Amino acid sequence: MSVQWLGRASRRAPLCLPLFSQPVAAGFPSPAQDHVEQRLDLNGLCIKHPQATYFVRAKGDSMVEHGIVSGDILVVDRALEARHGDIIIASLQGDFTVKRLCLHPSPCLQPGNPAYPPIAIEEDNPPDIFGVVTFVVHPTRLS
Amino acid sequence: MFALVDCNNFYTSCEMLFRPDLRDRPVVVLSNNDGCVVARSPLAKAMGIPMGVPAFQVRHLEKQAGLVMFSSNYALYGDMSARVMATLEQLVPEVEAYSIDEAFLGLHGLPATTLPSLARRIRRTIDRHQGLPVCVGIAPTKTLAKLANHAAKTWPATQGTVILTDPARQQRLMSLLPVGTIWGIGRRMVGHLEQLGIHTALDLARSHPATLRKRFSVVIERLVRELNGEPCLPLDLLPGPRKHIVASRSFGNRVTERRVIGHAVASHTWRASERLRQDDNLARQMTVYIRTGAKDPNYYGNAASGAFAQPTRDTRQLLDMAHRLLDQLWQPGYRYAKAGVVLTDLCHRHQQQTDLFGDRPGSDALMDVMDRINHSGKGKVWLAGQGMQADRKAWEMKRLRLSPSYTTDWQQIPEVS
Repeated sequence: MSVQWLGRASRRAPLCLPLFSQPVAAGFPSPAQDHVEQRLDLNGLCIKHPQATYFVRAKGDSMVEHGIVSGDILVVDRALEARHGDIIIASLQGDFTVKRLCLHPSPCLQPGNPAYPPIAIEEDNPPDIFGVVTFVVHPTRLS
Repeated sequence: MFALVDCNNFYTSCEMLFRPDLRDRPVVVLSNNDGCVVARSPLAKAMGIPMGVPAFQVRHLEKQAGLVMFSSNYALYGDMSARVMATLEQLVPEVEAYSIDEAFLGLHGLPATTLPSLARRIRRTIDRHQGLPVCVGIAPTKTLAKLANHAAKTWPATQGTVILTDPARQQRLMSLLPVGTIWGIGRRMVGHLEQLGIHTALDLARSHPATLRKRFSVVIERLVRELNGEPCLPLDLLPGPRKHIVASRSFGNRVTERRVIGHAVASHTWRASERLRQDDNLARQMTVYIRTGAKDPNYYGNAASGAFAQPTRDTRQLLDMAHRLLDQLWQPGYRYAKAGVVLTDLCHRHQQQTDLFGDRPGSDALMDVMDRINHSGKGKVWLAGQGMQADRKAWEMKRLRLSPSYTTDWQQIPEVS
């Protein structure tokens, strides 16, 4: 695996405006002025529909093979239409659950752990889909 | 053309969005101090639970009928309301957030043929993005849009949207609705109007506006014109800068000690000053009031005001003033039910006139740091006048059935398995 340097992260969301506090001599604009760009903001990367985005916390090990472990925070976008292969939040028998949505060969909710069986979707009783998981926030350093 | 978008049973809908297990249960939300029912889910309505009924009168239904009761969770409702309003702003250019769960939209210049699909799109989008059901009423005036929305809510066959552009349909609807359904007609006015033989909304629409103005007020005249499709109430897009800030709460239990009421007033002062700083304002005037229960045989209620030599946003100065005012008001021997703090005569921080004695040095920096700590979610700092956390129990509102702040606190977001 290789990593690519993307730039500096913004430390304080949601908005950082570049500020030039030093006086600028009249007639000689700062040479940096044409290169002012906003700092990178994780919100912009992870949240496409802020008004439709909710956060939930994963519990249990049913999705470890899809990179979701207990305690991770999931970014859930309600504005997206769930498609085959999406990881979704659905309500099943009154509980929220995170699973992969499979529409073929036969519709089911697929866990990411061989210890759990897939949950078949009955056509006349489809589960309520709360939203589509778009990002997983997983801390890598033990606190 | 105006639209009124109104969230159905807003508080209970917010609660149920994060509790899929409650889908088939009747749900109600209670007022401050868990006093009475202020919102009912469709199933709770179907059970015959009336609006405003005291909580203790329906408590037995929890066991008997699976009723679920929640305390008011304003953090949740406020956030969900802001999401709905921002989503509406993406759909149409002009949005007036009229209340926590209602918005008027300005739809000027849209061809009439597009209105039904727009109404359905609004409904679908809020349902999809926020997960909340809304009804949409569209009409040439705000008053008629309100009636259209009422119709959309009342008759399921409308599927939640009613377009009231045709005068014949407007009249047919108005003939079905009692005059008290009209926005702005209170119960007392209904009495006056009934004496004049005005029973339905249509009766009022057909009354002579000038006569009603002479008899009542220009407000009623305007309503009559609005019912006839003549817009008199414009969209209120910029609700001007805040003129005052109120922080008040009823106590969970009656308070008889000066110390406890002091803690409550200090906490209100803190909240008011936080809002003051959020708006980048300064206050010149402060009012503190305390009172017993409104119906107490031994009633006492009083207010005191004071002015600052220099407008301020510093909680410490505000607290000094609050305690001095409270000293003037305080009378022992009463069972106090409520205290409040009002900041008035506000001005923007950069418009203030500085005087000889100026600001307290470092005041802005200190307040910024305290606000940042309190908003970080990592801990709280407060001033000694507010008392210790444990002291809060003595006066804080009763919210025994409070749901988690699902959308505003990392520690309380929903769990999925």
